[in-house]
Amino acid sequence: MADDLVLENVTKQFGGVTAVDDLSLTVPEGSFFALLGASGCGKTTTLRMVAGLEELSSGTVRLGDRDITGLRPYKRPVNTVFQSYALFPHLTVEDNIAFGLKQRGVKDTKKKVAEMLELVQLPAFGKRKPAQLSGGQQQRIALARALVNEPKVLLLDEPLGALDLKLRRQMQIELKRIQTEVGTTFLHVTHDQEEAMWMADTVAVMTEGKIAQLGSPTDIYEFPSSPFVANFLGQSNLFAAEVSGTAGDDLLLSAHGGRFAAPSSRAHSADGRVWLGVRPEKVRLALPGEDAPAGHNQVHGVLTDTCYAGVSTEYLLKTPWGQEMSVFSANAAAGEPLQPGTEVVAHWYPPHSFVLARQSGEGDEVMRYSADPLGVAP
Amino acid sequence: MTAFVGTTAAAPGGTAPPPPPPARRRRWLPYLLLLPGGLWLLLFFVVPSVQLAGTSLYDRSGSLELGYSQAFAFGNYGDAIIAYWPHLVRSALYAGIATIICAVLGYPLAYFIAQKSGRWRNLLLVCVIAPFFTTFLVRTLAWKSILSDNGPVTGFFRSLPFFPDDFRLLATPVAVVCGLVYNFLPFMVLPLYATLERLDGRLLEAAGDLYAKPATVFRRVTLPLSMPGVIAGTLLTFIPAAGDYINAELLGTPGEYMIGNVIDSAFLVRLDYPQAAALSFLLMATILVMVFSYIRAAGTDEVV
Repeated sequence: MADDLVLENVTKQFGGVTAVDDLSLTVPEGSFFALLGASGCGKTTTLRMVAGLEELSSGTVRLGDRDITGLRPYKRPVNTVFQSYALFPHLTVEDNIAFGLKQRGVKDTKKKVAEMLELVQLPAFGKRKPAQLSGGQQQRIALARALVNEPKVLLLDEPLGALDLKLRRQMQIELKRIQTEVGTTFLHVTHDQEEAMWMADTVAVMTEGKIAQLGSPTDIYEFPSSPFVANFLGQSNLFAAEVSGTAGDDLLLSAHGGRFAAPSSRAHSADGRVWLGVRPEKVRLALPGEDAPAGHNQVHGVLTDTCYAGVSTEYLLKTPWGQEMSVFSANAAAGEPLQPGTEVVAHWYPPHSFVLARQSGEGDEVMRYSADPLGVAP
Repeated sequence: MTAFVGTTAAAPGGTAPPPPPPARRRRWLPYLLLLPGGLWLLLFFVVPSVQLAGTSLYDRSGSLELGYSQAFAFGNYGDAIIAYWPHLVRSALYAGIATIICAVLGYPLAYFIAQKSGRWRNLLLVCVIAPFFTTFLVRTLAWKSILSDNGPVTGFFRSLPFFPDDFRLLATPVAVVCGLVYNFLPFMVLPLYATLERLDGRLLEAAGDLYAKPATVFRRVTLPLSMPGVIAGTLLTFIPAAGDYINAELLGTPGEYMIGNVIDSAFLVRLDYPQAAALSFLLMATILVMVFSYIRAAGTDEVV
């Protein structure tokens, strides 16, 4: 589309440290795009390079067909909502919002400012100073101050980081509503995986200056591409395994003496050393006497911890080879949670598995100490 | 005290009378702490001021030896203005020019030290304060030799075209203003530094993000936010500079004398105490009027 934001081979070095490493990505026009990563992964630096607040070491930034790589911040058709809000303390809310309009020579700012205050649901706050607003209100004004300029891309730098949990939830819904209403491209930087999944159409998980995985929240969560993503976005149980063959559309794996199956379509790597992964909420528990459904992958273990969390119960179980496995069980059925010490069989439907490449060395140690070494048991 | 409150709270049944509020006994403490300063000001500011006000209204026909009589001679003020208004105007003018030059020189310096100097910051601050390690008088005398007719500065100007061979700096208004600027520059830089140091760089980034060019960022964000420093700096420079007489004495001629020189000579040379006192009050009034109209115009309540 005309106004896609495109980063090509963008690199940023600070002294000898590479903050952003040969990063390429396209943010489609009108999308809500989240850059997700732990602090220091380069996500904020990427955002600041788009804003023009950091110079690129190499690479290009384009907006549609326009190369904006070397443009000064004040010449870029993008606006930022800063983490600290950065509202001008000496100006009223109205003047803060009108600031950008005035710089561009817009004469009648009154109407637009009023519209923006309406949009962020603070219509009566125009005459106040930022210091007279709560954190959540300041956040809305910062959003209004950026959006009033009708930027091609709105950059949000951890905008909800300073808010308490309840207010953050509320603002997430609010931001999503506003994005749908104005249709502007939102590039949102956050370290909160729930926030990213909740709001964004597309999430790019970043680590060490690179994109680890990019896709819709469902794609990334259901089929992560690396152990890092599998554990950064939610939790995963990962078992060191080796591919032993195929059966139809399924990949056969052996791990710690057990045999497992996973659809080939859910494998990022189809031979040699792999990780077999499954999300804790996909796993069911059966008592040894009960029969697990036929064809399910199974892991025996002993419960070591039971954590009742209202909507669900989180179990930790210890496998015979000493690995901990977590299982989330929705509290939909009647009955008491299982107690620690209970022997159980954890099982899951093979299509819920995912298979990731495993480097030699990773996980081998666990395999060597397995109670029932690979290949001995049937 | 804490232990006492603790045992009361632990008393069974809650029947024990509530302990007296511990704050009450401390209420006079702030005033006690104010007392030494208050006494000091009373003794060394209020009493002399009242006395000076009285002196300014004495009959000028008296003398130190014969004594003065209190005549409530408000005419003293009129006489002083008629005789010395050029000195009053000159004082305000020189101090004003020096203050403006100090602001123009001091602002970029303070900005650099506060925002850009990194690990050199403390060293640079020491350099700003370093002149205070020598006395005011000696430093001004040094300027006398720097600006002297056969000194390097004058020599340099004389070598330039359009400057006559008898061009001189010493004993001119330029020398007096230079001296004032030099002597009062730290009083401008330090308050400016204090406000610019607190300036949030993210606000400047935000202004740039909102399409403001660097010059506009300065005008619309940096300057308004540093106004408390600008006001404090200009007051700390202007007020002492307006009353200064050392610079005019050492670097100027009677043609450059400021009101401070006149008061100095009225008290110590001409021994005309009533007039000296009247001139002192005139100077104080002039400064107060100028400062108040300046603060009103600069609008301190808007900032701070």
